[in-house]
Amino acid sequence: MSALAGTGALLRMWLRRDRVMIPVWVGALALTAAGTASSFAALYGTPEQVRSFAAGITGNAATVALYGPVGSETVGGLVAWRNGVVGAVLVAVMSVLLVIRHTRAEEEEGRLELIGATAVGRRAPLTSGVLAALVANTALAVATFGGLLATGMAAAGSAGFALAWLGAGLVFTGAAAVAAQLSESARTARGLAFALLGGLYLLRAAGDTTEAAWLSWLSPLGWATLLRPFAGERWWVAGLSVALAAALLAVAYLLADRRDVGAGVLPPRLGPAEGTLDGSGALAWRLQRGSFLGWLAAFAVYGAAIGAIVPSVTDLVGDSEGTRELIAALGGEGGLTDAFLAASFGMLALLASVFTVQSVLRLRGEETGGRLEALLATDLPRVRWAAGHAVIAFAGTFVLLAVSGLACGVVYAIASGDPGQVGRLTLAGAVQAPPAWVVGGAALLLFGALPRLAHAAWGVFGLCLLLSLIGPILDLPTWALDASPFTHAPTLPGGPIDPLPLTALILLTAALSAAGLTTWHRRDLTP
Amino acid sequence: MSDVIEVSGLVKDFGPTRALDGLDLAVSRGEVHGFLGPNGSGKSTALRALLGLLRTDGGTARLLGGDPWKDATRLHRRLAYVPGEVTLWPHLSGGETIDLLARLRGGVDPARRAELLDRFELDPRKKGRAYSKGNRQKVALVAAFSSDAELLMLDEPTSGLDPLMEEVFQECVREARAAGRTILLSSHILSEVERLCDRVTIIRAGRTVETGTLASLRHLTRTSVEADLAAAPDGLAALPGVHGLVVEGTRLRCQVDADRLGDLLAALVPLGVNALTSRPPTLEELFLRHYESAAA
Repeated sequence: MSALAGTGALLRMWLRRDRVMIPVWVGALALTAAGTASSFAALYGTPEQVRSFAAGITGNAATVALYGPVGSETVGGLVAWRNGVVGAVLVAVMSVLLVIRHTRAEEEEGRLELIGATAVGRRAPLTSGVLAALVANTALAVATFGGLLATGMAAAGSAGFALAWLGAGLVFTGAAAVAAQLSESARTARGLAFALLGGLYLLRAAGDTTEAAWLSWLSPLGWATLLRPFAGERWWVAGLSVALAAALLAVAYLLADRRDVGAGVLPPRLGPAEGTLDGSGALAWRLQRGSFLGWLAAFAVYGAAIGAIVPSVTDLVGDSEGTRELIAALGGEGGLTDAFLAASFGMLALLASVFTVQSVLRLRGEETGGRLEALLATDLPRVRWAAGHAVIAFAGTFVLLAVSGLACGVVYAIASGDPGQVGRLTLAGAVQAPPAWVVGGAALLLFGALPRLAHAAWGVFGLCLLLSLIGPILDLPTWALDASPFTHAPTLPGGPIDPLPLTALILLTAALSAAGLTTWHRRDLTP
Repeated sequence: MSDVIEVSGLVKDFGPTRALDGLDLAVSRGEVHGFLGPNGSGKSTALRALLGLLRTDGGTARLLGGDPWKDATRLHRRLAYVPGEVTLWPHLSGGETIDLLARLRGGVDPARRAELLDRFELDPRKKGRAYSKGNRQKVALVAAFSSDAELLMLDEPTSGLDPLMEEVFQECVREARAAGRTILLSSHILSEVERLCDRVTIIRAGRTVETGTLASLRHLTRTSVEADLAAAPDGLAALPGVHGLVVEGTRLRCQVDADRLGDLLAALVPLGVNALTSRPPTLEELFLRHYESAAA
């Protein structure tokens, strides 16, 4: 039997499982690229506007650190600057999630054992997982290329840009394939791959902003810029990605051939023989701790990065009237700086609600995972168990936003020499929590009332996201925009704090949560 | 004193499927009660309903003198449960899980816990995902037996254990009974129930088909006999208590009532016995029998 027997059947199954996930990723990323291209083309109509915008970026180390340098002073160059590196990171995330989901996660759940006992080759599981990621990456490259062409971008540049993303996807497909061999746990494998991603991002940021420009050549994320889409493409840089991906895959196969099914290369660590967890609250914290700390680190870094950009916002906008109007329209009042900050915090609130929903849905995960029965057979009241996770979700959301405001405030205070910014921006971050809480409350109600549809909470989030991002562009009626709780958060800093909408959001959260806990209290356990 | 568990006419529907269809169950204090039924007969559903994890659609259930749904939390302080399918938190060690469940139930008895870990040969430092099915079951069993709960509800607790560990499990059950605890043991293995249980309730399709002491169920227990004889047997069908006789040349298969086994052997010995196996009937045979007798 060949080592690859059954690969096709497995791949078909993975693609069927991903029939929603892959199109959503591909669609969202390709639309972002095309959307940026069309809006930049409208905003920076003249070469002067493009030049002054590009000069503003180049003169600001913080933006270069975040997005990379501008390749050429053209609209295409700006599109590549705005999306190249950041998009490459997202493409890498997609690839890691896909590969781990179909390799290590399947193995950890024990389903691979069932598959492995059929006429499936030894290398088929890994190969099919890698192919699923390649299918997604190829589809993305084609869609991105087509989307950019459709908005009138140059063909060579569009191809270069799509290749830059594809390169990152290939490299991280390989990296994830290796990570999947290392640990027995899918969570750890994802953690390893994401840690590598973070490290390579920082390496590139250091290379782009310091004298040691060669550092960027060491980072596959730097290659997204170094390929120079829309700026005299260096096609051979794509070859680097292909070569590295091939080498990583070779390592992955080498490791896979030498290990047992279910085992990892890294030896599993033993845990303590005795436990100190003394209640469901402690258990909930223990289960959510890792994920929360990861979110916290990301929010602190993001906040600090915003704080670093703020001083140059006015330069960044330059002479472009369009951007000035755009940022003012984003919800800020008063100075351009405050408008930029308020828009950034509004975006953070949306991001934080991802944590809220994820954290509330842990309840459902514990229920379907079958671990709840043994817990509830002790004298643990149902509502207390659910409240343990809900408290982490709600308090965690608040802490994330407050800390990100604090980090932003500290960095901005140092840059501007105004210590008053610390308190002002911490408050601005913290008051964004109530709309995210409402989404969390909706998730809690879904969990209680319609447990099998609990994941529809992501739909609630998606609706809010659409209303916030696209609503203003589509000129939707006020009542439609008002349906999103995020519309009602105060626009801080700069705006007033109106207690009425905040109180309403908090009361709505309380009502949704109370309804969720009540329905949960009364229903069957529904695995 | 009232029964520890009193269930009568219990009904539970999952959509169009009726999982419990008028279940009756009575467990008295201090007994080991076997809860027997084939796969999918509603044993686990019944236990979950008794634990207040499911709401019932009809009938009554009393557990330790309380209502399983309304008084769930208060009642759970007095019982320990081992689920049929034990799943653990993948990143918690076995020891942490045992201690967590013990604390949620009132407290840890370190000496008893250490003794049980030793007897079940369980390494408490391994992470949840590293345990095999049998070892996951041991984690739940150690947590249950190390508690001082007055009622133990065990859902097919030995399905992943090897014979040596099954022996340890049976000792633990006997000790628990000696300590005055009540045990409800669900199983689809008749021999296990026969070794441990004082009384037995048999269910099928969510309905109680038989209940009583093992002695009173003796009429249900026939022994299956297979023999290879020196000469072809003759006239055995006429022996009282012999059922389902099949003779192929010198080989013979039949079932015999427990109190007629001696008569059958006496009839076989003169023919010259080359090989003889006898085994208790399987649960399925028992059910077949039950339906035969119900039809007759």
